[in-house]
Amino acid sequence: MKTLIATTFLAAAALFTVPAASAAGYDGDLEKANIDVTNEASLQRGANLFMNYCMGCHSTEYMRYNRVARDIGLTEQHMEENFIFITDEAGDPVGVGSLMKNAMSDDYGEEAFGVVPPDLTMTTRIHGEDWVYTFLKSFYVDESRPLGANNTVFSNVGMPHVLWELQGWQEKVVDEDGNERLELVRSGSMTPSEYDRAVRDIVTYLSYMGEPMQLDRQRIGLYVLIFLGIFTILAYFLKKEYWKDVH
Amino acid sequence: MASNPDTKIQGGLLGWVDARFPLSQMWNEHLAQYYAPKNFNFWYFFGSLALLVLVIQIVSGIFLTMFYKPDAELAFASVEYIMRDVEWGWLIRYMHSTGASMFFVVVYLHMFRALLYGSYKKPRELIWIFGVLIYLVLMAEAFAGYLLPWGQMSYWGAQVIVNLFQTIPYIGPDLVTWIRGDFLLSDATLNRFFALHVIALPLVLIMLVAAHIIALHEVGSNNPDGINIKENKDENGIPKDGIPFHPYYSVKDLVGVGVFLMVFAVIMFFFPTGGGLFLKPDNMIPADPLVTPDLIPPVWYFTSMYSVLRSVPDPFLGVVAMGLAVVMLFFIPWLDRNPVLSMRYRSFAAKFNLAVFVVAFVILGWLGLQQATTEVSEMSLRFSTVYFAFFFLLWFLSKERSAVFSLIAFAVVVGIYTIYDILRFDPSDASLIMWSWLIPTVYLFVTMVAPAFARGLGRDRAVPERVTS
Repeated sequence: MKTLIATTFLAAAALFTVPAASAAGYDGDLEKANIDVTNEASLQRGANLFMNYCMGCHSTEYMRYNRVARDIGLTEQHMEENFIFITDEAGDPVGVGSLMKNAMSDDYGEEAFGVVPPDLTMTTRIHGEDWVYTFLKSFYVDESRPLGANNTVFSNVGMPHVLWELQGWQEKVVDEDGNERLELVRSGSMTPSEYDRAVRDIVTYLSYMGEPMQLDRQRIGLYVLIFLGIFTILAYFLKKEYWKDVH
Repeated sequence: MASNPDTKIQGGLLGWVDARFPLSQMWNEHLAQYYAPKNFNFWYFFGSLALLVLVIQIVSGIFLTMFYKPDAELAFASVEYIMRDVEWGWLIRYMHSTGASMFFVVVYLHMFRALLYGSYKKPRELIWIFGVLIYLVLMAEAFAGYLLPWGQMSYWGAQVIVNLFQTIPYIGPDLVTWIRGDFLLSDATLNRFFALHVIALPLVLIMLVAAHIIALHEVGSNNPDGINIKENKDENGIPKDGIPFHPYYSVKDLVGVGVFLMVFAVIMFFFPTGGGLFLKPDNMIPADPLVTPDLIPPVWYFTSMYSVLRSVPDPFLGVVAMGLAVVMLFFIPWLDRNPVLSMRYRSFAAKFNLAVFVVAFVILGWLGLQQATTEVSEMSLRFSTVYFAFFFLLWFLSKERSAVFSLIAFAVVVGIYTIYDILRFDPSDASLIMWSWLIPTVYLFVTMVAPAFARGLGRDRAVPERVTS
């Protein structure tokens, strides 16, 4: 029984203890992503980047292709022709109404990266947009890591710097004040401001992905509040009318 | 009944029903001829609002049940299916999650009203008992429901709470296995929690609510003056300060409903996660029994009780203290023997006691969300002491106490926790322990010692005969 009690308290201790270094446990400053989910062009660019660079390893398996197409202003045909890379058991591309899984098996992912690449459907809801934005900008060369790259926001991350062709390579340098910062040592195909925009587009797309109805609910919420406002005013005058003879 | 002119048959159909079922009679007894005091204020909205939230939860819950899959493999994805693929599913789900938090907001305010106006005192003890039972069942209901999305917080939150039972001597480990239905939290647990959440507990809840209302309508509503309006009746036997619930309070509650639904809609449509308080970010990660999250704070409505648990170093005694924090509520009607119901006419000491209790409850709630640093643990202990002292003070302030009795009682109570402080004294936290010692001590000094010397502080005022507007 003592062991059982000890187990209980191990679990309970998790409630109290200060978190060790972890994915979300980064306590440095995050850069503001400044995204705009109403920007359809940004969503489309983000979708393009995400499906080409990220989806080989990361699924967004709670979402369907045709829903994304409809919401970000693409035709289903465009989606089918450009973005569906997975096939069904017969070897045909999956239908546009399918969930957005990917071809990498969990076993392969674990073997290749040490950990299964997580599904990213709700990654912005878990970590926040600013975290994802800063994370994607914080890869640097680190020869001690198996894949040659590390990240200041998520130290010892299992993921390589997938966007290196776009951003180029950064190195960690210590300036005169002793502060660590990242410096671009080899430029990629994009300028730093172009890369910022590309990352912002990805984050915009992922923010949409995390809560695809977020614009709907705010729009509908406004009408609901207007209705309830009128209802409350009418109810107030009805109450006054009934209560005028109560003294 | 049939001879009562007010319940006279009004139409063919109603007459037909009334001859077979007391429809008009029930309508009159509970609404049209239920005389409520005319001086209800803001605090009296929360009873009807609690009923409204119950209906919202049941209706939205029915729709969620149509799409949710109580299966460890499918549960998480089925919630996202509701959020993304089911028409208006996101609205129904956010309604249910917002409703859960708003239920506790409304119930806490409703309970505060009872403490404020002495609504638990004779003859309303049973209404209070039913109310505390509702609160207990509601906590169980919320706890069971929180497991269902099968996210990381669902899983580990349930893990921690279920394991609390493990601390019970001798039967603990077997009891926990029995609760889980497995040797670890698993599909079996999810299935039984689903059964409890969608049928067993709601059924008990509805029956308790019915008992709560029947008991209320038997003895009549209290009011902000704490005066029994049935003592002043006119020649027809109608209380002079009473007005029929319907239409007066039904239309008044409609205004409360409007304002409340606006608050509800603002949360539901614009801040559905409540800044991480109502829906936690970590719960968007599917449950993983192999990965323990760094911090597992309970949902906000449990954090006060949770702070009480954390303030006691011994695990089993901590669980006992947490249980006691709720169970003490049952005894309130018999602890507070003061004949004056409403705080309006109670002494300064009594008002101060209630105010400090509310502050302590809120601070404990905040502390329960924090990581347990030395400061947080120390404050949890101090405010838990205040929390329990409140119940003692309810009894102590039942009548004016002599100076000698006050001083002795003060010395005994302060002595108890001071001895504990000496036993646990740690030189590295000396200043923290010493200054925080003042928190319960100043509170007890103001409520116990000060009134013994400045008599005005402890003296209740005269209660008027008729209600003030």
